[in-house]
Parts: sequence; structure tokens; C-alpha cells
Amino acid sequence: MNPFTFLIDNWDLYINGFLRLFQAANLAFVLAMIVGVIIASFRVSPIPPLQRFAAFYVTVFRNSPLLIIFFLFFFGLPKLGFTFTPFTSTVIVMTLYTGAYLAETVRSGINSVDTGQAEAARAIGLKFREVLGTVVIPQALRTVVGPIGNLYIANAKNTVIGTTIGLFVETTAAQRLANSTGQPIAAYSAAAIFFVVWLLIAAQVFTSIEQRVAIKR
Amino acid sequence: MTDTVQRSAATGEPMIRLEGLTKRFPGQAEPAVDALDLEVPRGEIVILVGPSGCGKTTTMRLINRLIEPTSGRIVIDGEDVTKVDPDNLRRRIGYVIQQVGLFPHMTVADNIATVPRLLKWKEERIRARVDELLDLVGLDPSAYRHRYPKQLSGGQRQRAGVARALSADPPVMLMDEPFGAIDPITRERLQNEFLRLQQEIRKTIVFVTHDIDEAIKMGDRIAILRQGSRVAQYDTPEHILSAPADDFVADFIGAGASLKRLNLTRVHDVELAQWPTATSDTARDEILATLQSSDKGAVLILDAQRRPLRWVAARDIQRTDRPLMETGLVAEAVVEAHATLNDALNEMLRSNYGVAIVVDSSGAYQGAVDFGTVSGAVQELRRAARAAARAPVSGGASTGETVR
Repeated sequence: MNPFTFLIDNWDLYINGFLRLFQAANLAFVLAMIVGVIIASFRVSPIPPLQRFAAFYVTVFRNSPLLIIFFLFFFGLPKLGFTFTPFTSTVIVMTLYTGAYLAETVRSGINSVDTGQAEAARAIGLKFREVLGTVVIPQALRTVVGPIGNLYIANAKNTVIGTTIGLFVETTAAQRLANSTGQPIAAYSAAAIFFVVWLLIAAQVFTSIEQRVAIKR
Repeated sequence: MTDTVQRSAATGEPMIRLEGLTKRFPGQAEPAVDALDLEVPRGEIVILVGPSGCGKTTTMRLINRLIEPTSGRIVIDGEDVTKVDPDNLRRRIGYVIQQVGLFPHMTVADNIATVPRLLKWKEERIRARVDELLDLVGLDPSAYRHRYPKQLSGGQRQRAGVARALSADPPVMLMDEPFGAIDPITRERLQNEFLRLQQEIRKTIVFVTHDIDEAIKMGDRIAILRQGSRVAQYDTPEHILSAPADDFVADFIGAGASLKRLNLTRVHDVELAQWPTATSDTARDEILATLQSSDKGAVLILDAQRRPLRWVAARDIQRTDRPLMETGLVAEAVVEAHATLNDALNEMLRSNYGVAIVVDSSGAYQGAVDFGTVSGAVQELRRAARAAARAPVSGGASTGETVR
């Protein structure tokens, strides 16, 4: 069967699953942005323990396979007495994982800001937090909107792994339909359509943000 | 000579006092700043000048503790600030650097408002202050308030940078080669504007440059520094030019001290030549009569606000086939009264008729500088310099002011 008709026939199942995934991915990404900015600030801060903590965090989460982090969270933490719903677990793991990548991206943005800017800000009496918050990070983020857009897309697709392992009912629609109808190609292609549409729109949004916030010349 | 009066009023406790200030960078054998003692009098511009690497910028950055001193004391307005919170200290010290350091993601107004916002001023007060400062530095608030730094020319950015440095009305300003990255013509104008501004605001300014001509023009006092920020000579420009302390200073000043002295004299300090003038609606006969009753070769035509328009000679006035305003020469080579004689001389040499027209700040005609004016002033300066060289040089504050 053609994936489009397959999709229309099973619309309710797909749309519920999609919306749940969409929520998890976006929530994780917003939190990851916060984590990323904080960790990047730690890395450029003059306080060595914060620098070391941030470097350690980035090393751990950037160099571990996502699947293993998920397994540790889903199957390891409950043994230690921490239990979360699959949705929450997915959001936490994706926040930490994407946060590590965002931290590196934001840091490269910070490094691209002219050092004279930080110095000028310091010279007129801004404290370290104000230098970063009002002068350096706003400029840094403007230069890395493109890479952040890439990470948004990667985050969206990686979130699927969590929803698959966590087996939250709504998001496994395609899997269940593939099994029950015996039409895996149509079932998975229909799910892919959601991603293509979603991420094309997202890419467009990031492009327009990039143009809007670009420093006026 | 109001200058002299205001300058000699700058007595008592100096605004900035550096005592045995030393900075040793790790891994360097020689200290960058070596036990520097320096006093900056209230309301004056003190120039730190010296060859590159002499420690002048480091010295300046020690004053607002962008760099922490290894030893020594910094006293500002009677208060030892060597150990106070550096962020609060810096909010009381304006700072202008070469590339201006405006924040490109903020409008001019937001740039200027940065420190007032930190100080939690009311938005209304901030807006009023921004407009006041833009006016002060010669940028029309309605046109420039909402522009971004990238939409300004180099000179305009420099003005916005000065406005930002002045935002919280700090008593002290530090300027690190503020006019370094600007083309020579604009630089000259900005220097003159800044000096006029300083007449109004009377800040205590420490100004770093490597350009001795700029130092002579801008400084009430110049500290010529050698390696390690050691003071080779600290004196008024007049004294430094007429009595360099040693060969290092003499070499640094370079040749042409007489020409450099032209930088010390303002146009408003010399007697201007008066050329015949007429307004644009004056009848031709009358203009011709004015011209013939003077010993000059042309009449300067002014508009209703007395702003110079054109030079017309007798032959132009007699050519009735064309309107008067289309004959003669456009009145170029205009300088303001606070420009230096050096600026005026430059303009004169560029113009067609060897005369620089002097106007006041509203552009109205005041008089003219011609070769007679300049050579008279040079002779006067030479006489004064010879007298100063004979007088004892004690690094005193009260001497050497007569030339101005």
C-alpha cells in the first residue's frame, strides 16, 4: 500500500504518536539550550572547578553512544531506586546529550566574539556574568544559529531512539502497525513523512531566525 | 585666555595618584611597569606617550584594574582603590579604546545605556541621558538613537564610544589611542571636537598615544615614557618642546619642534586677519566699494547667518552676465576657532588663495588666518620658548602656560 493512503487510514494513531514525540523532542531541546549555555559559560569562566566540571560533562556525554546512555537510564537507574516515566527519562537523556553538543557549539560561538568586546564590557564595569549575559553570549548565539539548527534536527531524530526503547505506547504506532498489517515499508514510510515535513519547517524557521538576528551591517 | 585661568585652578589633591605602581608579568624578566609615580591633576588631560612596548597601555589598564598591579598604590580622588571591588571602580571610570568596543548587537542608545541600566536608573532618566549625550558628541539623537554600530562611519562610532564612556558621568576617563583607527582628516576634526567637549565637561583624562603630535595637541601635560613605563619627562607640552629633559625625549619629539609648536596655539589665541565681507544680497556697487577701500584682493560673501559662501574678486563683481553667487570661488578651507594653527595652516595650503576662514561653532565668520598671521604667531612662540628655556624647569604646573 502507498504510504500516504496508509497514513490517512491510520491517522489517529500516527498523529497521537507524533505529537508526543514532538513534545519530548522540543522540551528536551529547550532544556538542552539552557544546559548548553550554562556549561559553555562554565568553560569560559575564570573559575577552574567550573571549567573542569564543564569539560568533564562534555567529554562524558559527547563521547558516549546515545544508546548506552539510554540503556543506563532506562535499566540502570531503576536498580538504584530512581524510576521515571519513559517520557521523562527520554527528555532527561536528550537534554543531557544534546546539551553537551550545544555547549560546544555555544563555546565556539563565544570564541568567535572579538576579545575586545569582553574587554570593553569589563572596562565599563560589567561583572563577569553581565559580560557574558549581555555582551558575549547574545553575540555568540547569533553566529551559531545555523549549527544550532543542525542540532535541533539531530535532537529530533535521536529522540526516536528513546521513544523506541522506552516503548511509550503512543510513539510506537509505526512499529505496531508494521507488525499488525505486515506492511513495514508503508508503515515506516508514513512515519518518515512526519519527520520530513516537521524538519523541513524547522530548518526554514532556523534560517529565518538566522537572518533576523544577524548583526546588522 | 580663559584656558589659563581654568588650568591653574586645577590645584590641590590630584585626581589620580600612582605610587610605586609596578606590574610584573609572569615569565618576564623586566617589569612592564616599574615603580611608577605619577600625579594627574583634576580636570586635565594627561597624555602617556612613548615607543611601542614601553608599558603605556599597561599603565592605563592598571588604573582601572583591568590588570591587577603587582605592587604599589592607585589613589583616585583621595581614595585608595587598589583593593576595592574592581567592577564598581570601573563604573566610575569612563573608558574609550581604539576600536571603540561598541557592542554590535545593540543600538547606539542601548550601548550608551549599558552602565545606567546596571546602575538601575529609571528608563525615563536613561532616555533623557542618552539624548543629552548624543547631542553633546554631535550626533542627532532622532537620527542615530536606533542605529546599529555597523551603520555608522568610523568617526560617528568614535563619538558614540565617547558618549558611552560618559554615560554615568564618571569623573575620570581613560582613552587608549581613541583616534588611532580613523582617517587623518576625520581624526583632526574629532580631536578638535573632543577638546571643545573637554572645555565643557572638564574630566580628568588619561590618554595613551604613540603619536607625539597628537600628544602635543591634546595634552595639558605629557608623560614621555621609556621602557618599563619609566618617566623620561613629565611636563607641559611647551616645556617638553622647548627644553627636552634628555636625548631620549629629544629623539622622541623628533625634528621640527617649531612646526610642532603650531599644534600648541589655537586659532582663537592669535589675532585674526580681517578680510572685507558682504552679505549675498548686497548690491554689486557696494561690494566693489568695500573691496576697493580694503587692501585685500577679494571680498568674502556671507549668507544671512554670516556663514561664508564665496570669495569674489573685482573682476567677478564686474561680470554682470552671471549671478554673483556663480562667480568667484567657493569659500573652502574653513576652520573653527578652537582648531590649532597647524590645522589652519594645513587648510591654507590646500586652498586656492592661501587663506583659512575662521568660523565659530555655529559656522559664522570670525576672521581669517593667512600667512601673515602664522608667521607672526611663530615668531611669538619662538620668543616665548626662548624665555621658557631660560626659566628654571622644575616640572612645575604653573609655568609654561603663557604660550597658550
